[in-house]
Amino acid sequence: MNLHNVITEIEKVDPEVYDRLDGRRGALKQFSGIAGKVALASLPLMLSSLFKKTYGQSTSSIVNVLNFALTLEYLESEFYKKGVGTPGLIANADIAGFTVIRDHEVAHVAVLRQTIMQLGGTPVSLTGANFDYTAGNGSMNGPYATVFSNYDTFLAVSQAFEDTGVRAYKGQAGNLISNNDVLTAALQIHSVEARHASYVRHLRQARGVTANKPWITGNNAGGIPGVEAVYAGEENTSQAGVQITGINGTSISANAASEAFDEPLTQAQVTSIVDPFIV
Amino acid sequence: MNRKSKEPSFGEELAQSQVSRRKFLHFSGLAGVSVLAIGSMTGIQGCKKDDTTNNNDGINLGSGDVGILNYAYALEQLEAAFYTQVIQSQYSGITAAETSYLTDIRDHEIAHREFFKTALGTKAIQALEVDFSSINFGTRASVLATAKAFEDLGVSAYNGAGKLLTDANYLLVAGKIVSVEARHAALIRELLSPNSFAANDVVDANGLDKARTPGEVLSIAGTYLKSKLNASNLPTS
Repeated sequence: MNLHNVITEIEKVDPEVYDRLDGRRGALKQFSGIAGKVALASLPLMLSSLFKKTYGQSTSSIVNVLNFALTLEYLESEFYKKGVGTPGLIANADIAGFTVIRDHEVAHVAVLRQTIMQLGGTPVSLTGANFDYTAGNGSMNGPYATVFSNYDTFLAVSQAFEDTGVRAYKGQAGNLISNNDVLTAALQIHSVEARHASYVRHLRQARGVTANKPWITGNNAGGIPGVEAVYAGEENTSQAGVQITGINGTSISANAASEAFDEPLTQAQVTSIVDPFIV
Repeated sequence: MNRKSKEPSFGEELAQSQVSRRKFLHFSGLAGVSVLAIGSMTGIQGCKKDDTTNNNDGINLGSGDVGILNYAYALEQLEAAFYTQVIQSQYSGITAAETSYLTDIRDHEIAHREFFKTALGTKAIQALEVDFSSINFGTRASVLATAKAFEDLGVSAYNGAGKLLTDANYLLVAGKIVSVEARHAALIRELLSPNSFAANDVVDANGLDKARTPGEVLSIAGTYLKSKLNASNLPTS
């Protein structure tokens, strides 16, 4: 492996690599220092750890995480703006609730945009025209074609968005651990999304989806077609190596064990879930 | 069964506020600061307390990530004990749906409590003694109001504690729990008042849930604990 070539290749995709590594000489010194001390076989691992150190918690990686979150918040805020603005769609008793949710998502967009700019980044800008809430990839005739004409379809898509949002923020928390203020704000958004999810799930349960509790049981998709990926992995009953089912002689069932802990999703998993909704 | 429904007298209120003040000083870590100062001034060596030793200042939660996990363990003990009693002595007029929800929540809180106990192992604090004398388990209003307070408090506690953790794996587990607490909070709020799941007493104009420091949380939780907790060694940033 030619380390000089490796650095040159990195420079092509990241012209700022030397700033991150204290200059080209520093970079070479760090690489050669490593190479001198470790067996060649473990070099890729060391490089990957160095890159993680260099890029893993940098401001640009935090901005990337926040722009990912911002995209999801746009998806939600435009959805609720349209839903609340469609006369006769939402049951009268629930209009106040969805107005609260809309206002929160609009506020999240503003908070994230401001935070990204404070970090020197450029926030993505999206409008309603960027989204196809039928999940038709822009055809406007996807599987949820009645999303703004049938309240149950609207509720189903809402639940999928909220539960996905909770999992998406959870999956990114570790990437924000170096910035206390941003991490705390993300956690404060995360729990609000969970409140929304609980509310929408409770509404759907009251409308007849009896197994759809405010919390997620196993990988139960709440009778919503095509959202298996939103709930995949939620059936987990083992946390940090500790089996929760029947823990310490209690009668905790597998269902309760899965409900008691929500699970994260990676950015790639989330992107795959929301892709059909993006034009 | 239905205890303590009368309003406290002025004297009782005063006595309670003094207790609260003492607890607040204690939980805010001020008590711990003075102890620490005395220790360093006299230069005493070899008497460093174990992180989780029960000393005169109450049950020491410890320091670092272990301290934060013990802090969470304490809160989960409180919640689990509360819902256990709710299910054991159900309030009059409880519906089947409410029994089902509250039983689920009890099981979730027991799962959280036992998880922390197991994960902490020998570093876990002892089982805490609770004081539920201010709760009337016979009435729906008292039980659900307390449940709402506990769940909202739990959400704010985890939101505030996230930045105090250094290990991303612990942060992830805390994240897995806090969203379930938020689901509980929203459901309890809906049982009390429709469309109040994320009302502006808990979510601000920026759409952000509350985040409280351990000192703030424990001064509130202390009302429901007989055991004294010493949070003076917890990280603060």
